[in-house]
Amino acid sequence: MVEFSVWDILRNLLGAAQWTVYLSLIAFIGGGIVGLLLLILRLSKARGADTFVGGYVQLFQGTPLLMQLFLAYFGIALFGINTSAWVAASVALTLYTSAFLTEIWRGCVAAIPKGQWEASSSLALSFGEQLRHIVLPQAIKIAIPPTVGFLVQVIKGTALASVIGFIELTKAGTMISNATFKPFVVYSCVALMYFVLCFPVSLYAKSLERKMNAVRR
Amino acid sequence: MQSAVNPIKPSIVEINGLRKSFGSNEVLKGIDLHVQPGEVIAIIGKSGSGKSTLLRCINGLEVFQAGTLSVDNKPLLHDNAQAMRALRQRVGMIFQGFNLFPHLTVGKNVMLAPKLVKQQAAEAGIAQARKLLTRVGLAEKFDAWPDQLSGGQQQRVAIARALAMEPAVLLCDEITSALDPELVGEVLRVVESLAEEGMTLLMVTHEMSFARKVSDRVIFMHQGRVHEMGPPNELFGNPQTPELKQFLSSLHD
Repeated sequence: MVEFSVWDILRNLLGAAQWTVYLSLIAFIGGGIVGLLLLILRLSKARGADTFVGGYVQLFQGTPLLMQLFLAYFGIALFGINTSAWVAASVALTLYTSAFLTEIWRGCVAAIPKGQWEASSSLALSFGEQLRHIVLPQAIKIAIPPTVGFLVQVIKGTALASVIGFIELTKAGTMISNATFKPFVVYSCVALMYFVLCFPVSLYAKSLERKMNAVRR
Repeated sequence: MQSAVNPIKPSIVEINGLRKSFGSNEVLKGIDLHVQPGEVIAIIGKSGSGKSTLLRCINGLEVFQAGTLSVDNKPLLHDNAQAMRALRQRVGMIFQGFNLFPHLTVGKNVMLAPKLVKQQAAEAGIAQARKLLTRVGLAEKFDAWPDQLSGGQQQRVAIARALAMEPAVLLCDEITSALDPELVGEVLRVVESLAEEGMTLLMVTHEMSFARKVSDRVIFMHQGRVHEMGPPNELFGNPQTPELKQFLSSLHD
């Protein structure tokens, strides 16, 4: 029987961890863009926008991410499109992230006093100018802690993509433990790697928060 | 829908048959008001009489259900972003709560709107902002942050910010109500100087002695209507309606 050293395990896990990072990045960036668009749609008070975005948020907040991954994986195939686990996981995580981020950011925008909208309206600023120059700069400061807190959740959430056969950290861990019969060692290494990914993000958020408070608003 | 009014002099603000409801609660029940250029109007009345709502209708912060309103011959059309932008450039507003932008310095508060809306050049903006801040007595605060200023100073910055758009009409919504008593004077002196320079002013105020001193016309609002209107001496000295008499006497309690 082949002997696996801890280094062998770590080396293989590291290779898989990069896919966790890519998937997380796609979820952050894609979810951030979609979430921002949904936020602007909602703030524009376009007819039906609030109902639509509200429903969208409820849908993704009210169902497990696991189901969303399954539905994305098998659902896209129903339309005759050949999906890989990679595409399905990206789509599901992007939508999931966008729903949470748009709701978090809506709360941050709502925390900006109404007087700021009114004062900028009175100065003849357009809706876009109000958002860009008055509301978002103030909202971003409030948004950082909850946003980063949620992004840490997303990094850990990518583990669920293993169920549709996407080989990231967790899936690789399962495969290696099946091969090595050392589940405790393997999963300890997996947990450690998630921690190594998540901890710097939290740390960065703290320093960002401090910096923004120091540089006066 | 209302009878056409042909004022002899052209009005800068024209309000005809204005009605405004919040849900089933009608707060403005048909307001007709014509304001001459350079006129200073004080609007008084109990809370809930609709005076602030009337003011907020003039620059479109509140949507009204019936009637017409125009400023400087620009009609107020709520659904037309272009028309609203044109109208709001002619109407400045100052609020009870100052509403300075806390993430921008005093100078940038003043310069932002002219830069965005009127494409004002940077140097021209700085020069104008310095001039306006000097005018309200805050020349040295150009680089200060709003939260470093007292309430009275913040309100004077808000006045400078509104003036930067060179409005034809200035709306003042209880602008001294949130101030400590000792700071009221510095703000009112600025408003008075604007009145003397010929700015058209509409102000909702609880400062009766100020209204009496500065305004050309006082409007007493009661239950969503213009209940009594006239020159300050007449209105304060010889009120005609029991409601106004009661309102004025309640102020002395």
